[in-house]
Amino acid sequence: MTNLNVSDVTLTFGGLHALSSVNLEIQNEMITSVIGPNGAGKTSLLNCISGFYHPNSGEIHYGAHRLTKASPHNVSTIGIARAFQNLELFRGLSVLDNLMLARHQKLRYNLMNAFLFIGKASRVEAENRAHVEAVIDFMELEPYRKQVVGNLSYGVQKRVEVARALTLAPALILLDEPMAGMNIEEKEDIVRFILDIKNEWDITVVLVEHDLGVVMDISDYIYVLDFGEVIGSGSPEEVASNAKVIEAYIGED
Amino acid sequence: MPRSSKPILGKTKLKAQDTEHLLSLSIPQLLRWRVEASGDKAALREKDFGRWISYSWDQYYDFTRKTGLGLRQIGFSKDDKIAIISDNIPEVLYVAIGAQALGGISAGIYQTTLPDEIGQIIDSLDVTVVFCNDQEQVDKVIEVRERIPNVKKVIYEDNRGMRNYQSDDWFMFIDDLYELGEQAHQKDPNLFENLVDETKPDDVCHLCLTSGTTGLPKGAMLTHRNYINMGLQLTEEDPLDPTDEYVSFLPFAWIGEQMNSFGVAMATGIAVNFPESVETAMSDLKEIGPHFMFGAPRIYETIRSQIWLKIDESYWLNKLCYNYFMKIGEQAARYRMTGEKMPISLRLKAWVGRQVMFRPLINQIGFLRLRRAYTGGAALGPELFTFYQALGVNLKQIYGQTEIVGIAYMHRDGDVRPDTVGKPLPWTECRISEKGEILSRSDSVTPGYYKLPEKTAELLEDGWLHSGDAGYIDANGHLVVIDRVSDVMHNNKGEMFSPMFIENRLKFSPYIKEAVVFGDQKDYVAALINVDPIVVGKWAEDRGISFSTFMDLSAKSQVAELIYEEIAKINQNAEKPHFKIHRFAILYKLLDVDDGELTKTGKIRRKFVREKYADLYEALYDEAVSEKTVEAFYQYQDGQTTTVQTKLQFYTMEED
Repeated sequence: MTNLNVSDVTLTFGGLHALSSVNLEIQNEMITSVIGPNGAGKTSLLNCISGFYHPNSGEIHYGAHRLTKASPHNVSTIGIARAFQNLELFRGLSVLDNLMLARHQKLRYNLMNAFLFIGKASRVEAENRAHVEAVIDFMELEPYRKQVVGNLSYGVQKRVEVARALTLAPALILLDEPMAGMNIEEKEDIVRFILDIKNEWDITVVLVEHDLGVVMDISDYIYVLDFGEVIGSGSPEEVASNAKVIEAYIGED
Repeated sequence: MPRSSKPILGKTKLKAQDTEHLLSLSIPQLLRWRVEASGDKAALREKDFGRWISYSWDQYYDFTRKTGLGLRQIGFSKDDKIAIISDNIPEVLYVAIGAQALGGISAGIYQTTLPDEIGQIIDSLDVTVVFCNDQEQVDKVIEVRERIPNVKKVIYEDNRGMRNYQSDDWFMFIDDLYELGEQAHQKDPNLFENLVDETKPDDVCHLCLTSGTTGLPKGAMLTHRNYINMGLQLTEEDPLDPTDEYVSFLPFAWIGEQMNSFGVAMATGIAVNFPESVETAMSDLKEIGPHFMFGAPRIYETIRSQIWLKIDESYWLNKLCYNYFMKIGEQAARYRMTGEKMPISLRLKAWVGRQVMFRPLINQIGFLRLRRAYTGGAALGPELFTFYQALGVNLKQIYGQTEIVGIAYMHRDGDVRPDTVGKPLPWTECRISEKGEILSRSDSVTPGYYKLPEKTAELLEDGWLHSGDAGYIDANGHLVVIDRVSDVMHNNKGEMFSPMFIENRLKFSPYIKEAVVFGDQKDYVAALINVDPIVVGKWAEDRGISFSTFMDLSAKSQVAELIYEEIAKINQNAEKPHFKIHRFAILYKLLDVDDGELTKTGKIRRKFVREKYADLYEALYDEAVSEKTVEAFYQYQDGQTTTVQTKLQFYTMEED
């Protein structure tokens, strides 16, 4: 089992404790959600896992890999992909090009091959395209394949963002607020995609999300952060009845 | 039955030997014949994972056999029904024809149908197996599972999201069905051939749903021969090459799609291409570049809007060329549509326009290779025919009912008259009954509705199909459809006219927003007119005519003159003298849904309007009256009512 373990992680910016002694264990092939009010440290936590930030203390392990000091590209090569809250796409490129480009780290051919498009280059590109097409089919992006990302609606761009993460064929995917700013129908679609990512592609999902209804419906396990600390965890039912969590969300009575 | 008009026959040409042979086959037998004739030619193509994947006639037959024998293994047999709720994919044809090979009957259900109705249809058609393409459709069937106890199996094509259903043997993945079929074939390689041999061309092979105006849709029973005959009739007049392409994007449950994938493709051997998804149909169409296309008017309207939009966004030289050549093209189209000889200068200019402007343009929408485009299902505006013909797209109207495999009348090349639906297909007979109803007879007429003998008796008489539509044959031998028989009126000489038909003519004028036509059992046709407040308001402003309210605007004598001119133009183009509007008045208020004058869908409630404005109606039919003072009654939104006195003018059209 290649579980993701976050143990005792503390992250400070100057005097501000973004994360203090956070412990998480993310089980394989489950949907684990991280929730919490604004500024609770959810995105900071994802940044630590994906190598954008390095914690001041504590350890992060993914199976045998130590991620504590790993760089983002190291993290992505060991099977962790991330879909960003603020779309990180090339707005001037087509959906297809964005997805093909996301596969660049899987490209293994030399410059000579690339220029002449012979031997390994054409074969690898064909394999990549086949994989990208599987993702396009999965995320139902066929109508937008050749369209420039910047021209697409926000909801579709979000789907492209998730697709971009999926093209890396990850074992674990970090989804940072995939439903922010979506209407109810787009949300329903995304929920189905997330469930299918887990069920059809056997990918572990870590979901950071504000929409509590969705989180409670689809999560197998939930961690609640507040002011950089884990204030509760458990199954959706357990979390929903946790007094501390209620207090953090609704305030004291 | 008394014959009120002489039957006219589409074309009396001796049927070729080939045709005779094809008509003696069932659809599965014809499929087998195609395999023998051109087994390795592409029969189906499907876009999947961004690529076009071809299936030869050989493979088509193989899959059909696997499906057919697989269905047999799960207990599907002769006269059993299978419902298909699916997007257009090759598997739809495998399942349908596989079931037909066993003597079974397929039935298409629209993908958008709600669970409740799916349950009712499955129940009323005695369906025992359901085929769905994905989880969305399967979930709808599950919702009504209790109410459809006769359904033995639900087969699905896409196993995404179906993981949790696999433990329940009510569901079956299509690959498992193929597996069963393959095993049965290995055990007895002649089994399928024998089953196919047993099918007969006059067996019912498909139940096509026709929307009833009330209650549940009826299932029109269609035979193998119905479909094959339709394909042969159409291509007798409009031949296709076996290497031609067709793109399947209409819903399979609609007769318009079955016409092509069962009828035309089988009769001619053209390839059927399935788009990647419903949303990508138009871009896939462009990639394929079909030779033959069929669609509802909406599709052609949408494509025209897109062309206009693109031209509008284009740079000035393009726009200039487009506008110039469009005018030339429209002139040329008028000659082309009537089959008249074009003056040489116009022909030259039109040729240049086609080469430099329109060929590149229609290539962008995938119409370059199109031999013919057909529109059916509803009327298409005359300007659309001219538009497409000007572009060099041979757009033609067809007309027919589900009960006659969707088509019985069609425009001929070089004889496209936008106000008609063309001439009968070869080997199709047409007659107008005493009541003015269009009757048709051919080998494509359905044997009747499934389990509805009374409805069938109303539909068929000596093999003549009652269309329910009123129409007449014009001087050129073209059929003109007026309206539903139930909606037409007769003047006091017994001449038939359609108020809606005339109202639509009136509403073609930009100045007329709404019109109500009367004349049932009267001397002449008369109309109440609503002017368009925006267009006429602008027209009045431009001419310095001042007005306050809509009532004031409507009462202006200049406005009356404007409408008089419009009606005179319409009268000039009236097909028959008794269609002419003899008297009219301009109504002081807009017809409104809230006042009960229009239905929720915007149709006129003629009877209500006549009673509400009874004094106006009387004045319209009293030529001595030219002015009448009426009390206008208003109800405001807050429930307050008020009465205003106004003078209304009545105008009589001068005969020309």
